[in-house]
Amino acid sequence: METETMASNGKVMAGEKPMKYFYYPGCSLKSTGRAYEESLLEVFKALDVDLQEIDDWNCCGATAYMAVDDMKASALAARNLALAEMQSNGDGAQIIAPCSACYLVLLKAQKAIKEKKEKANVLLEAMKNNGLYYTGKAKVRHPLDVLVNDIGLEKIAARTQKPLKGMRIASYYGCQFVRPYSTFDEPYNPQTMDMLMAALGADIVDWPLKTRCCGGTLTGTIEAIGQRLSYILLKEAEKRGADVVATACPLCQFNLECYQDSMNRTFEDNLNLPVAYFTQLMGLAFGISEKTLGFERLFVPLKTKAAV
Amino acid sequence: MRDWLVQQRIKFKMVGGRKSHLVTNWEIQRKMKYEEELDPQFAQDVVKKLGSDNLFGCIQCGTCSATCPVSHHMDYSPRRIIAMTRAGFKDEVMRSFTIWLCASCYSCTVGCPKEIKITELMYTLKQKAIEEKVYPSRFPIPVLAREFARTVRNFGRNHEGLLLLRMFLKTNPFKLFTMSGLGSKLFFKGRLEIMPHTIKGKQQLLNILHAVENGNGNGNHGQ
Repeated sequence: METETMASNGKVMAGEKPMKYFYYPGCSLKSTGRAYEESLLEVFKALDVDLQEIDDWNCCGATAYMAVDDMKASALAARNLALAEMQSNGDGAQIIAPCSACYLVLLKAQKAIKEKKEKANVLLEAMKNNGLYYTGKAKVRHPLDVLVNDIGLEKIAARTQKPLKGMRIASYYGCQFVRPYSTFDEPYNPQTMDMLMAALGADIVDWPLKTRCCGGTLTGTIEAIGQRLSYILLKEAEKRGADVVATACPLCQFNLECYQDSMNRTFEDNLNLPVAYFTQLMGLAFGISEKTLGFERLFVPLKTKAAV
Repeated sequence: MRDWLVQQRIKFKMVGGRKSHLVTNWEIQRKMKYEEELDPQFAQDVVKKLGSDNLFGCIQCGTCSATCPVSHHMDYSPRRIIAMTRAGFKDEVMRSFTIWLCASCYSCTVGCPKEIKITELMYTLKQKAIEEKVYPSRFPIPVLAREFARTVRNFGRNHEGLLLLRMFLKTNPFKLFTMSGLGSKLFFKGRLEIMPHTIKGKQQLLNILHAVENGNGNGNHGQ
């Protein structure tokens, strides 16, 4: 972690040069999770952090490919790591991976290449024969990690123009960026997102289900099981008086929001709880327009209270 | 005489909800397996593929089953899967629904006192089941995994709409009608990609996949 110094113009300086990160969108952020990409780019722009999309990235493999073939799944992820390192001209690239599944899969590949010699040899050999190299310099980071630990909550609070006063936010972390590798937060009761939302002036809902599974792909494959898991989360958040659930993963967001109609039919309920990306809520506090942040893409509109 | 008495004890058998005729040819089935019927090699195969043998250190505490959000739908709980894998119940483990119901949320992995990577074990068993083609046919989860792999090979990226279309066509085409409402809503919200994006380095990616397949010797096309 580099130490930052606050320059007089408010720009964060990491060491000598302005902050720059590589950005790995992943497939979801180009389709169902478009609002995540839109708001993430806006927020980082507002904080004067430069994001460069990895050119010609491929699918990370997610959880589904891992069920088919371990080696190939790692190869998919490794190609992205190599691309980032090569596009950074060999110096350490920091890759921001917003989607939880992408984050974990890329991190897994990064760790495997570092720790498992045999596997690393096969992967690096295959890449070398196709003109790609990776020496372990490119590192995967989660946007929450970067926002809280690199940029810092003070700067984020200072950038806030319209504090989210009176908005009760339930932060939902889900699974794959707090487990199994708790790189920047702890697995049972993570705090990063809560601290971030508190810095924006919001009220934090104490919500013990913050890391419970939303059902992942089960919501689409075996609805009875998957949607029940999402339903439990939403019900608890509603009971604790949340105005909105903040998520950091496109699949969590999709499960919790887009299946609400279906859940209402199944469980004869009347759920109508907005589920927004944490970056959208940040953008809102930064005074960025709702349209730019992709709020109109949400199924359940956010009931914004007039900012004080 | 004793045979006749036993037969008298057999009551009407329910077949399809209807009382059938008195059953005369009966047989008692053994519910247990003898040790010689187990597969002693199975645990070793799994450990080799998993790259870790600490599942032999499992103390059967049941923390994994307790923290698992979907364990109550599983035919064997995660704890039992570990016990059965160790003991060599290959058929039961490989054909179980458990390995496919695992949503890889890693709750078990962070809770395990012996630091067994249970989620990775489930992945390993899924890979073995696809390799040996012993998963329940038309069961959506393995079908989704294979279709996902196919989509990635076709474009270098995933395409959510196409992936779900392929999955439902292979499992339950009628589901497409119930999903169409959600699909059109997503489309109007601008949340559906219409055309799949093919990456420039697709051939390069396929070459790498092909190379690692030969590298580890057990290629799995997901076909």
